[in-house]
Amino acid sequence: MTEKTVKQEKFSACSSGRFRRWLPKTPLARPWILGLILLIAIIGSLFMGAYPIPWHRILEILLNSVWPFSGSESAYLDLREITVVTLIRPPRILVAVLAGIALGMSGTALQGMMRNPLVGPDLVGVTSGAAFGAVLAMWLGFLYTPVILVLSTIGGIAAMLGTMALARVVGGRNDSLPLILAGFFIGAFFLAGVGLLIYLENPFYPKGQRTGNIIYWLLGTFRGAGPVKAWTIAVPTIVGGTVLMGLRWRLNLLSLGDLDASSLGINLNRLRWILITVVSLMVAGQVAVSGVVGWVGLIIPHAARMLVGPDHRRLIPASAMLGGLFVLGLDNFTRTVIWSEVPVGVLSAIFGTPLICFLFWKTKTKGWNE
Amino acid sequence: MSTGDFIFTGLGHAYLKDNWIFRNYRGEAVRGQVLALLGPNGSGKTTLLKILLGALTPSEGSVNIQGQVAFVPQLFQVAFDYTALDMVLMGRAKKVGLFSQPTPADEEAAINALERMGIGHMAYRPFHEMSGGQRQLVIFARALVAEADILILDEPTSALDLKNQNGILEWIDRLARRENLTVIFSTHHPHHAYAVADQALLMLGENDFESGPVGDVLTEKNLLQLYGLPLKRLTFDYEDLNVETLVPVFRNCKRRKAN
Repeated sequence: MTEKTVKQEKFSACSSGRFRRWLPKTPLARPWILGLILLIAIIGSLFMGAYPIPWHRILEILLNSVWPFSGSESAYLDLREITVVTLIRPPRILVAVLAGIALGMSGTALQGMMRNPLVGPDLVGVTSGAAFGAVLAMWLGFLYTPVILVLSTIGGIAAMLGTMALARVVGGRNDSLPLILAGFFIGAFFLAGVGLLIYLENPFYPKGQRTGNIIYWLLGTFRGAGPVKAWTIAVPTIVGGTVLMGLRWRLNLLSLGDLDASSLGINLNRLRWILITVVSLMVAGQVAVSGVVGWVGLIIPHAARMLVGPDHRRLIPASAMLGGLFVLGLDNFTRTVIWSEVPVGVLSAIFGTPLICFLFWKTKTKGWNE
Repeated sequence: MSTGDFIFTGLGHAYLKDNWIFRNYRGEAVRGQVLALLGPNGSGKTTLLKILLGALTPSEGSVNIQGQVAFVPQLFQVAFDYTALDMVLMGRAKKVGLFSQPTPADEEAAINALERMGIGHMAYRPFHEMSGGQRQLVIFARALVAEADILILDEPTSALDLKNQNGILEWIDRLARRENLTVIFSTHHPHHAYAVADQALLMLGENDFESGPVGDVLTEKNLLQLYGLPLKRLTFDYEDLNVETLVPVFRNCKRRKAN
């Protein structure tokens, strides 16, 4: 009896089938509410941007594009405004949201799979591997984003396998330290490759032209996102996201540990391979279109866990929604608030570092294990 | 052989070539029996359990296990803060398809299992906030939910106080006799083995072992060889019980009394 009263102070009951589940009291603990907020944020983002357009005109253009016969004043609309609202902003917003979804989900999947809340795609080297693949593609002269995606996926998988193999050789996969160190080494190796390619400059290109672009792209930006980039990130994110949504309960099992998980009768290797492929694909999709956006894959799973708890059945959708919100917010910030477009990757680190410090401090009292 | 029985013969394992941990081991139990594994630290108890679990392929010999095996690890640390119900639900892994989620029927089974273990009221408690004994019960419930035939426990009583040791031993007894599970457990306490087990396997050395009914195996002579310390087999009456147990003799300690 005392047990229940104590629980009721901390949690509220919500009915699911025959059984009541205990959820944190905030309404944000429900992924669909986060999804609703994300939807509102997406629509709101259409109204933001460097090019000044009054909000009622944006509304008019939007209504017109959805229902062409609604506006009588459409003749007065400026073609430039129509272009900005229907062709320039939507793909950029879409790319930012999908990048956030990809990073949030893959970070959560990685942490569950490696049963380690200290990892993220950038910390296990996947991001660096994907960046190397992408830069290699550009260096070789393939500037079509889907081609960049292929090479960056290969780079991401190679880096992840390298990290896992190294961590296994040095110490058990259960330990945090070997894994993070291995990720650091492998990541540094691939970043050195990136540096080498930038330094070497393909002699067939005009000097200096490519390097500047690569460096700006490397810092992480959504500038110049068009339909091709939107498709390039949409396909891996939707495919990978669907797979992760299907496997989200299996992540609970994987996070138990090898011996215990295999004693429950699941095929660990198969599951791990699917996850490595899917996570690398999603991260590579993000890197191929928008460069290196760090921290998101580490912060979002923590924030989502604070909101909805550790059960991956809720955690995976929640981190997708939160990731989308976070990256969209960063991009909106750089599009509107700052006088020149600071790369999102730089912003994510500037905002991410204090945020992760705060999350560390919050979890310090409780810890992750005890 | 029927479901729940197991037998292993000629079993040997070496992590490094020709560096045998044990060889030619043999043991068996039938459904509803309890087998205790005893051996000093480093004698390969955990290795043997891993082999029985199927997580490790033995270097030689054969294992024949009929039925579904469930495992209760020694130290249970979970990276994330799952509730007891989440933990028990994981026992359904085999019955839930790769891309599916557990159904309300699975949750019902999980709650029932927790109630059978007498901790139904703790279903929504974070697993890591539970005591060592309660965690063991949650993992037992998970084995029930998995509809396991054979339960393998790695030193289930090692980190517990006397009261909880008693509780876990009672549960091992109940799981074997009432739920008709075969239980294999490793232990450092010969009197625990003596209290609940039907069969015992003493891991005396690389090529040396004793296996068979508890009464035949846990003799003073064998235990002296196993631990290098005399153990006395005692029989006495306590209330209406006739108690038979093993007591270690700590010969060189302060309270010895030479007459």
